[in-house]
Amino acid sequence: MNKCVERLYNGLLKENPTFVLMLGMCPTLAVTTSAMNGLGMGLTTMVVLALSNAFISLLRKVIPDKVRIPAFIVIIASFVTVMELLLEAFIPSLYSALGIYIPLIVVNCIILGRAESYASKNPILPSFFDGVGMGLGFTFALTCIGAVREIIGAGQIFGLTIMPASYVPASIFIMAPGAFFVLAVLTAIQNYAKIKGEEKGKDMSKVGSGCSEDCMNCGDKGCSKRFYDTAADQKKNDHKEEIKTEEKEEA
Amino acid sequence: MSGLMKVSSNPHIRAAITTNKIMLSVIIALLPTTIFGVINFGTNALILVLVTVASSVLSEWCFCKICKKKSTIGDLSAVVTGLLLALNLPPSAPWWIAVIGGVFAIVVVKMLFGGLGQNFMNPALGARCFLLISFTSIMTNFDCDAYTGATPLAVLKEGGAVNVYNMVVGRTAGTIGETSMMAIVLGACLLILLGVIDLRIPGSYLVSFVAFLVLFSGKGFDLYYISANLAGGGLMLGAFFMATDYVTRPITRGGQYLFGILLGILTGIFRVYGASAEGVSYAIIIGNLLVPLIEKITYPKAFGRGGEKS
Repeated sequence: MNKCVERLYNGLLKENPTFVLMLGMCPTLAVTTSAMNGLGMGLTTMVVLALSNAFISLLRKVIPDKVRIPAFIVIIASFVTVMELLLEAFIPSLYSALGIYIPLIVVNCIILGRAESYASKNPILPSFFDGVGMGLGFTFALTCIGAVREIIGAGQIFGLTIMPASYVPASIFIMAPGAFFVLAVLTAIQNYAKIKGEEKGKDMSKVGSGCSEDCMNCGDKGCSKRFYDTAADQKKNDHKEEIKTEEKEEA
Repeated sequence: MSGLMKVSSNPHIRAAITTNKIMLSVIIALLPTTIFGVINFGTNALILVLVTVASSVLSEWCFCKICKKKSTIGDLSAVVTGLLLALNLPPSAPWWIAVIGGVFAIVVVKMLFGGLGQNFMNPALGARCFLLISFTSIMTNFDCDAYTGATPLAVLKEGGAVNVYNMVVGRTAGTIGETSMMAIVLGACLLILLGVIDLRIPGSYLVSFVAFLVLFSGKGFDLYYISANLAGGGLMLGAFFMATDYVTRPITRGGQYLFGILLGILTGIFRVYGASAEGVSYAIIIGNLLVPLIEKITYPKAFGRGGEKS
C-alpha cells in the first residue's frame, strides 16, 4: 500500500504533470480562464486517467507490443466518451464551458504518457493510484492557474466577487497571453522552492548532493561510480550487446 | 609596458560614447514632446510622467536588489523606458496604470530576459500593449479637460474631417506625447544631429507607409489624407524614438531598411484594414519579434568567404 501513497505524492508534487513535466499544455493554457473551469477539466482528466491506467494495466499482458498505442488510444477514447456523455447529461454548464477540450482529452499527452511509461509495466493498484496522483497534480495545477487568472482578470474566485468594487480587472489575464504569464510565474515559484529545498539537502538524489546509487536517474555526469550516462546510453549499450550476441550466435 | 602594447581581443576601436550618454541624449530629445504634452494636457499628464519614470527606475532597482545583482539604473535606460511609456498613455489615465505599466515594462519585458541589451521587444511598447489589452476602456479614453471626443485618426477612419494644422502643432486629443508632430520632429532632429539615430529606419518606415497608403487606402495620392495619417497617432513618436531602439532593431544596414519597410506595411495594414484606428505599437512589436529573422537573412559575408564556388 505504501507504493500507492508514493504514487500519489509523485503525481501531486515530485512529478507534477504541469509544473514539472510540462505535459498537457494545451488544456492547461486554454481552459483555465476561471478556477471552476480548471477544476472541472482537472477532475474530468483525473477520472479518465485513473480508469484508463487501471484498464491498461489490466490488459498489459494481452495487448501485443506492436499495436499498443492504438490499443491505449481506444481504451482512453472510450473513457473520454463516457465522461463526455456524463458531463453533458449532469453538468451541462461545465460541458459547454470546456467545449472542444473534453474530446481532446483523448490526445492529452499526460494520459498516453502514463499509460506508456507506467501502466503498461506495473500492476493494477499502483497504476490506478498513479493515475489518481497525476490527475490530482493536474487538477491542482489547473485550479491554481485558473484561480490566479480569475482573481486578476475578473476580480472573482469560483464566480464569487472578492475584489472591492473599485478594482479594475486586467482582462489580459483571462485571455490567452495571461495563461502564459501565470503558468510561467507559478512554475518559477515552484522551481525556486525546489532549488531552496535541494540546497537544504532535502532531496539527496539530485546532482552533487550525495550518491543514491541510482545512476539511471542521476544527472551527475562526472561521477566516478557512474554506470551509464543516461537512459538513452543504456539503450544503446543494450543494443550493442544484442548485436554482439547475435554475431556470436552467427559465428 | 605602455597602454599601446596591451594585448587584448577585439573590438580594438572604441568610441567615447557610452550607453549612459546615448540615453541622456534620448531623454533630452524627448523633453520638447514631454513639455508640450504637460502644457497641453495639464497636471495629470505631469503626474503620469513622473509616476511612470519613478516606477520604472524603482522596479529596476528592486529587481537588481532581489536578484543580488549590481544595480543597473545608472545607465538611464529605465528613465527612457518610463518616459516613452508615459508619452504613450492617455492624459486622463489614473496613476496606478502608470505604476503597473512601469513595473511590467521593466520586470517582465526587460529584466526577466536579462536586462538592457537582452530584451527582445521594446519594453515601453510591450507595456503599452499589455495595458491596452488589459484596460482597454481606460487606455482608449482620450477625454480630458482640454479635449473631448475621438482622436483625429479615429475621426478620419469614420470619414470625418480633421484639421491637419492642429495635428502638426499638437492641439488634438491623443496620448500625452503623440499629438505634437512638431515637438517630436524637433527632438528627432537633435538625435540625428548628435548621431544617436540615423534616418535608415524612420525614413524607410515613413516612405513605405506613404507608399502603402497611396496603393491600398483606396484614396490614391490624396495629400490631405496622407498628411493627416502622417501627423496623426503615434507614427512619428514610433518611427523616430521606438523603432530606432538600439536593442530591438536589426544591427545590419540592409536589415534596418527591411525593418523600416516591414513596419510601414504593417502600420498601413493595421490602419487601413484593422478594426482600430491606430496600429503603430503593434506594428513595432511585431517587427521587433521578426528582428532575429531579418538579421539572419541580411547577415554580411565575412571577408574572403561567400565568393563563387569553383
